[in-house]
Amino acid sequence: MFNRDRWKEILEVLTTNWFRTVLTAFGVFWGILILIILLAAGKGLENGIKSDFGDIATNTMFMWTRSTTKAYEGLPQGRSFEFKIEDVRTIEENVPNLRYISPRNRLGGFRGGNNVTRGTKVGAYNVYGDYPEIINQDPMTITAGRFINHNDINDKRKVAIIGNGVRNDLYEKDEEVLGSYIKIQGVNFTVVGTYKKNSNDGDGEEGQKQIFIPFTAFSQAFNTGGNVDWMAITANDGYSITSLKEGIIKLMKEKHKVHPDDTRAIGFFDIYERYNRVESLFGAMSFIAYFVGILVLVSGIIGVSNIMLIVVKERTKEIGIRRALGEAPWSIKMQILMESIFLTIISGMAGIIFGALFIYGVNALLDANGPVDMFLNPSVSLGVVTAALIILMLSGLLAGFIPAQSAIKVKPIDALRTE
Amino acid sequence: MIEIKDLHKSYKMGSNSLHVLKGINFKAEEGELVAIMGSSGSGKSTLLNILGMLDVADEGEYILDGVPIKDLNETKAANYRNKFLGFIFQSFNLINYKNALENVALPLYYQRMPRKARQEKALKYLELVGLKDWAHHLPSELSGGQKQRVAIARAMAAEPKVVLADELTGALDSVTSYEVMDLVQKINDQGNTILVVTHEDDIAHMCKRIIHLKDGVIEKDEKVKQVRASEYV
Ligand SMILES: Nc1ncnc2c1ncn2[C@@H]1O[C@H](COP(=O)(O)OP(=O)(O)O)[C@@H](O)[C@H]1O
Ligand SMILES: [Mg+2]
Repeated sequence: MFNRDRWKEILEVLTTNWFRTVLTAFGVFWGILILIILLAAGKGLENGIKSDFGDIATNTMFMWTRSTTKAYEGLPQGRSFEFKIEDVRTIEENVPNLRYISPRNRLGGFRGGNNVTRGTKVGAYNVYGDYPEIINQDPMTITAGRFINHNDINDKRKVAIIGNGVRNDLYEKDEEVLGSYIKIQGVNFTVVGTYKKNSNDGDGEEGQKQIFIPFTAFSQAFNTGGNVDWMAITANDGYSITSLKEGIIKLMKEKHKVHPDDTRAIGFFDIYERYNRVESLFGAMSFIAYFVGILVLVSGIIGVSNIMLIVVKERTKEIGIRRALGEAPWSIKMQILMESIFLTIISGMAGIIFGALFIYGVNALLDANGPVDMFLNPSVSLGVVTAALIILMLSGLLAGFIPAQSAIKVKPIDALRTE
Repeated sequence: MIEIKDLHKSYKMGSNSLHVLKGINFKAEEGELVAIMGSSGSGKSTLLNILGMLDVADEGEYILDGVPIKDLNETKAANYRNKFLGFIFQSFNLINYKNALENVALPLYYQRMPRKARQEKALKYLELVGLKDWAHHLPSELSGGQKQRVAIARAMAAEPKVVLADELTGALDSVTSYEVMDLVQKINDQGNTILVVTHEDDIAHMCKRIIHLKDGVIEKDEKVKQVRASEYV
């Protein structure tokens, strides 16, 4: 099968009519090129949008309070209320299959006034009062020291974990950070850790400029009592937060005497639902990419099949001679099939290589001109390329099948008669 | 070497049926040089094609070197042709994109002989037909007589039991025809069994035996005194 004579013959046959071979190859080349580019574009869009989710655990929802829009049990419409720290316990006890329930408080903000000072340096940062579990829901890499732990919570320790962005603002390049003090709204906190977040979207800068302190220390230092600004709730694997959401909100409505039909009183953001919607969108997109790409490829394959048929027709006499001299039918079939597969794979490879160069070029352009909204790192995985090669192999087989069959259909004696 | 008994063959064309061979019987021993003669359309090629396993008879027996030839499928027929038979055609039937050497080596390739051995052997047979120096020429660069000699080398290369030649001089002028027949006679002198189909009297008389076909039966089967082609060259 892989002997030199066969390959020699394949090349001889394919090179007798260069122009025709190249034209035929182009169909397959074009099909695979379009498939690769469509898939890469889809991937680029997907990467772009998914990077907006950052590393946040996707089976998570955020929930906060707003003011009521319906009067209930003697309480007026327009009443504002707050989640309390006890609510966490209530949810824990009543809603099964939740992994983390993290109450959170926040101080200041990116656009707010300066709220943190260190010596003569000042800055405006988001300061979060958090439980240790938040690091699993809003992942970050601890680059030095440690994150909040339960002892910090129990002892209401005034410790802080600061982002690398904060560190760069408030510290000199080689200054020791751990053990130093920063003042958050006039209250001293010891820095016990620094972190870095992996986010490549536009919020990346802001993500590095946060400060995390123990929830209990936050409450005490800034007099928020048992209030909770919002909660980050993650479901166990195998359960979606989307399906558990209703129960949690219903429970909170009961607890805070909110009318059951008041849909505005408790706000939420369900990452899982969003993520799923994006996922299914990209599922649909790659389906379309495959669909279109494969259709184009199919027309290329039909082209190959067509040409192979013509080649076989032209070689009727030759095939007759060869069979008269004793070449077995399977060997003739193999020859035609291999010619077809060879032609398909070579042109497909050219398509893949060209596609890869194209993607490489686009990436280089993107890198040179800075990030584009919702489009990041278009690429095709090795898996896709392998799949494409397998598709090509099968295509070549398919394209060669009918011609191979027709090559041995003519009896040698009839083939020899045609003059 | 070859034995056929009561061979029948008819061609069906629509509702008509043309009975071409109506019971042929003959035997040919090893080393014979037999001419099958008859007018055009008498069924010579039909008979030769059946002997060559390119076609099958409707009825009758065919035994080649003790092997009964029957129930042939394409693969088996190809295998038998390759091992037992050498063909020489009127129109040479060389493969035009392969050079003389490759053409001669072709039957050996189908026997899966290693490349080197194949080429050596093919060259040996090209030498036998006097075309060693033309080994790397394409058929289009050869004269008719040279092409037919390449075809003879190809037919001999696999060392078949029987060589079958259908009007092998039909496309050649008389001088070249005699040259080719001279070669055929020399090959026969070495003990090879050869069947030659021809409608030309002079060619037939260069064989050792003539079988006359007429109306689908053997009209006459005679041993003749061989005319050596070399006398004319
Ligand atoms: N495949 C075929 N189909 C129908 N008729 C055929 C076929 N082959 C040959 N014949 C007919 O059979 C007869 C014998 O043909 P053939 O054996 O070629 O004769 P020869 O070689 O003696 O000239 C002719 O009349 C020819 O027309
Ligand atoms: Mg004839």
